[in-house]
Amino acid sequence: MTSRRDFLKEAATGAVVLGSQSKLGFAGMLDHHTEAGKSKVVIARDPQLHGTGAQPDEKRVLALLDRAIATYTGRQNPVESWKHIVGPNKVVGLKTNGLGGKGISTHLALIHAVCERLQQAGVKPGNIIVWDRNARDLQACGLTINTDPSRVRCFGSDVSGYEEQPVAWGTASVKLSKILTRECDMVIGLPILKDHEMAGVTFAMKNMYGVVEKPFELHAGGCNPSVADLNRIPTVRDKVRFTVGDAISSVYQGGPGFHPEHLWYPNALIVGEDRVAVDHTAWQMIERQRAVAGVPTLEAAGRPPRYIATAADAAHGLGVNDPQRIHLMEV
Amino acid sequence: MKSCSIRCVLAVAAIAIVALAAGTGCKKHHSNPLPESGAVAGWQKTSDTRVFAAKDLWQYIDGDAEQYISAGVVSTSTSDYKYQGQLEAVVDVYTMGDANGARKILENGQTRDAKSLQLGDAGVAYAQSVIFRKGPSLVRIVAYESTPDAPQALLALAHAIEAKL
Repeated sequence: MTSRRDFLKEAATGAVVLGSQSKLGFAGMLDHHTEAGKSKVVIARDPQLHGTGAQPDEKRVLALLDRAIATYTGRQNPVESWKHIVGPNKVVGLKTNGLGGKGISTHLALIHAVCERLQQAGVKPGNIIVWDRNARDLQACGLTINTDPSRVRCFGSDVSGYEEQPVAWGTASVKLSKILTRECDMVIGLPILKDHEMAGVTFAMKNMYGVVEKPFELHAGGCNPSVADLNRIPTVRDKVRFTVGDAISSVYQGGPGFHPEHLWYPNALIVGEDRVAVDHTAWQMIERQRAVAGVPTLEAAGRPPRYIATAADAAHGLGVNDPQRIHLMEV
Repeated sequence: MKSCSIRCVLAVAAIAIVALAAGTGCKKHHSNPLPESGAVAGWQKTSDTRVFAAKDLWQYIDGDAEQYISAGVVSTSTSDYKYQGQLEAVVDVYTMGDANGARKILENGQTRDAKSLQLGDAGVAYAQSVIFRKGPSLVRIVAYESTPDAPQALLALAHAIEAKL
């Protein structure tokens, strides 16, 4: 019996040949709308995810991921499910979020779990790029920098650099990371759920601030409409196709940095293709926890995440934020 | 001639003493408040000190930087630490333009479960963090895990930093 760690090691070195060709191929083949025309979002929870340790149990995280993806795709076999999300011959980027430092970054167990399933679904190890702004952010997640294409690659935009020519949509005029523009065929967002001092909430769409050279230029007005504008830039809109959101732990106040006094453990993953619906769902989760903690709503705090509604408007058309049009599945 | 030489020597000596005193004062004012390994029992400094000017603070805490900038931050020093080879922590020393800036940040972030500390001009402690201010300095010490000995260990490190400010 090959242990999970052995498998990852072998797969990473290319010793394991996995997967068959997906008939559906590249992302975009998923229909994230239900029959009723609603956007699907899945929240999968496991209250025992952490056990007695500070870090979540890796096997339980993998099982939780499988449950979330199976529910989303309607397929029980997790590998088959992933084949419907990605194709075998594409370069898949996993955009993590390590901005908050070691205490509040995308969990390594989740990154490992997604890498494992992608390889089993036929994606070559070297065709997986785990990436973020820079080495520090990646190391905050517990990752090691690697550019060897025989293994899962992991490096930041500090290695790849940014495009010389800015691209623009609305208020957002940015230089995009070459990892997004030149390396990846598609990107799966792996943000971590956090309160945000200016934007209100940071999750799927706000995670894209980590793909531009100067994110601080997009902070005016509570990051509205900049978050929506940035996600509307064709390269961002078209390549970032799926979110496996990390709500294993979170900060409901004081973010985006690590404030352990506001740390809480939803022990959950939030997945979906509709980034607006995913963010709306995540926002509501933050608000519920703020109510439990006796903290004012984000509206009362003067920083509601208005960019979510902006992203859903006719000009942006990035998804839906109307709860009546979100098919929320909690498992 | 001889008396002139003596006067010259005395003048040079006086200038040297004044310069030395000024230099010492300057050194103390700008000394690195982040303790080296072993300076506080059990604590190891595990990274170089990184210093960010206000305009570059986004590189360290993008998204959080604006609240410090609006409170008048001048520079930020940060370093990682480890207690007894186990408990990881980070220390941030924000040097604000004046004490009001440090007060504003400290008071803004407090929650109901904060325990007041007699440290610097004011301070609070939580299970995994200690935050205090002294003059224009605002210090945050944050552990990445909650352990039984974390509160005392963080407090010991905080006292050592306070003494260097």
